[in-house]
Amino acid sequence: MARFIERHPAWALIVIIAVAVLLWLVFAIWPPGLEAAIGRKRVFLNAVLNGITLGGLYFLVASGFTLIFGLMRNVNLAHGSLYLFGGYIGYAISTWTGSWILSFIVAFIAAALVGVILQLAVFRRMEGQDLRQTMVTIGLSIVFADLMLWVFGGDFYQVQTPSWLIGPVQLPLLTAIKSSGEPVYLQYPLVRLVIFAASVVIGVAMWLALNRTRIGMIVRAGVDDRDILAATGVRIQLVFVLVFALGAGLAGIAGVVGGTFQSLSPGEDTRFLLASLVVVIVGGMGSIPGAALGAVIIGLAEQLGSVYIPTYAIVVTFLIMVVVLALRPQGLLARR
Amino acid sequence: MSLLQSTQFRPDPSANATRRALIRTWPEFQNPAAWLVALILVIMPLIANGFFLIEIFATTLILGVIALSLMFLAGYGGMVSLMQLTIAGFAGYMVAVFGVSGNANISLGWPWWLATPMALALATLFGTLGGALAVRTEGIYTIMITLAIGAAFYYFTNQNWAIFNGHTGINTVATPHFWGVDWRADIAFYYVTLGVAAICYFAVQYVSRAPFGLALQGVRDNPRRMAALGFNPNAHRIAAYAFAAFIAALGGVLQVWNYRQISPGSVSVGACIDVLIIAVVGGITRPIGPFIGALIFVLLRTFALDVLIKFGLDGNRFRLLIGLGFLAIVFWSSDGVIGLWDRWRRRSASWTQRSGGGRHG
Repeated sequence: MARFIERHPAWALIVIIAVAVLLWLVFAIWPPGLEAAIGRKRVFLNAVLNGITLGGLYFLVASGFTLIFGLMRNVNLAHGSLYLFGGYIGYAISTWTGSWILSFIVAFIAAALVGVILQLAVFRRMEGQDLRQTMVTIGLSIVFADLMLWVFGGDFYQVQTPSWLIGPVQLPLLTAIKSSGEPVYLQYPLVRLVIFAASVVIGVAMWLALNRTRIGMIVRAGVDDRDILAATGVRIQLVFVLVFALGAGLAGIAGVVGGTFQSLSPGEDTRFLLASLVVVIVGGMGSIPGAALGAVIIGLAEQLGSVYIPTYAIVVTFLIMVVVLALRPQGLLARR
Repeated sequence: MSLLQSTQFRPDPSANATRRALIRTWPEFQNPAAWLVALILVIMPLIANGFFLIEIFATTLILGVIALSLMFLAGYGGMVSLMQLTIAGFAGYMVAVFGVSGNANISLGWPWWLATPMALALATLFGTLGGALAVRTEGIYTIMITLAIGAAFYYFTNQNWAIFNGHTGINTVATPHFWGVDWRADIAFYYVTLGVAAICYFAVQYVSRAPFGLALQGVRDNPRRMAALGFNPNAHRIAAYAFAAFIAALGGVLQVWNYRQISPGSVSVGACIDVLIIAVVGGITRPIGPFIGALIFVLLRTFALDVLIKFGLDGNRFRLLIGLGFLAIVFWSSDGVIGLWDRWRRRSASWTQRSGGGRHG
């Protein structure tokens, strides 16, 4: 952090001002002039919270994507299919058993199994051929999309939120002061907050596992130089399978989360593939903190965009990607 | 006088040299199979009726042109761009927006000879800018960035009503009508697509042997060495994107004239990936590949339903078939149907040679 400020004082200043403005917008009571210019504070706060919680969901999808890319140089364009597959499995389990938690576990295991099979049966045979692997993932995404359309049809599904998570919760954020002087606090759905907290926990756990454990050390070494790591006697194929299983499983979990937040239907796979591509391009390939930063930026841009400039919302997301590519082609937090 | 004499006395060497140079530039002229295919394509309206002419052959040629632009980038430049269909769709949208269509509140109503060059120019600009963005990173990242551009354009056309008319798109786009000919009538339109496809094919063939194309192939194989030789790799790559964007835009204009409407469905991510499938299945080593791939794709898309039902299977599983076929090609033949054909010919050639040699011995 200190080094960043030393090396790029201008950028650091811009970032600090942006964060300060955002904090002021969140915590202060808006003067009437501002409300007249850009609308009620409640709308803004809702958009910000929606953006951050959507960022949590994007992080779950993109972290697996970036982990797989970082270690195996495999651009897994079937990642969106794994997301949708996990979502459908979670939906089936939660309607069958009625347990929301169980649906996460089963979705994780099912998606991870698909990932293991893919790694063992397909990608292992064409190691080092980036382009061919990517083409194979494109073919697989088509096949998976059609198989899922076959089984689940074109309907919309929504995973049932458990009863203990239904309903809004009052947050200690002021939206306005009534004329009687009584403060009005923000109401926000509990389930989104819980899921966001869970994704933060998963992110922190992944960071700890990567930076504080032996297996994490092996994975980081593999990201840096795969061949030397294999030469030191590490069973790298086993590490590949584990990482692929973890990345695919995270996509599966994200599918259940997405099915609870929003809905599951054919086409969602492409949407989340695009989201993880943009998140990873913005944040930096192969970097977990980069995926977190990118996910929050893209989630916020998408939600704020859809509130304030509805017909051009996607352009904002895209412009962020363009600006990042123009200024820092390797992504915001990538090391190279 | 002396000049005339000299040409009269030594006609053979120079004529031979030009002939050899011509053959070196256009080896197709010596291939009897190429002449046969060209002849069949020219007399196609005598053989095929309206359905086959437009739904199969014209559609194949249009998709082939769009996939050709991808083949040029991937085969000679080593850049697999998934946004070629997006550029084509952009050109189609621009034809609909600047030209005449059923949505009078959006279309500006320009005549076709003004709207079409405008659409081509804007789409080329769009493709060049996208390319300039994509060359900021290398190799496998190109796929991701171009896919992101394509997907963003798809969602944008869905959201935007002011220019792109949201998810309904723009309908009843006017087609050119001049010299007393309706150029969207079946036979006339077939010849238009055939002409454009032939020009694009020979243009790609020519550029691949021109100094620019050779430098581009050098950049593909070893950018650092080319940079050391004084070439600018990124400038060559962006120029390649511009050239490919123009070809894709031509395909897009033809496509919007063919269907007379354009909607976000025409530029969806699946359609972008279809173009990649066409190019890869056909083979990205030679310009003829995309056209072969397009023919296979169009035949499958049109007849898979009937064939699957005939075998007692679910006819809606056409995309499954395409996906599995694509996987098989990627697994077993990295340069598509052309590669399979070459390998088969080489094997049969070596087999006849061996058997011939055996007889002699």
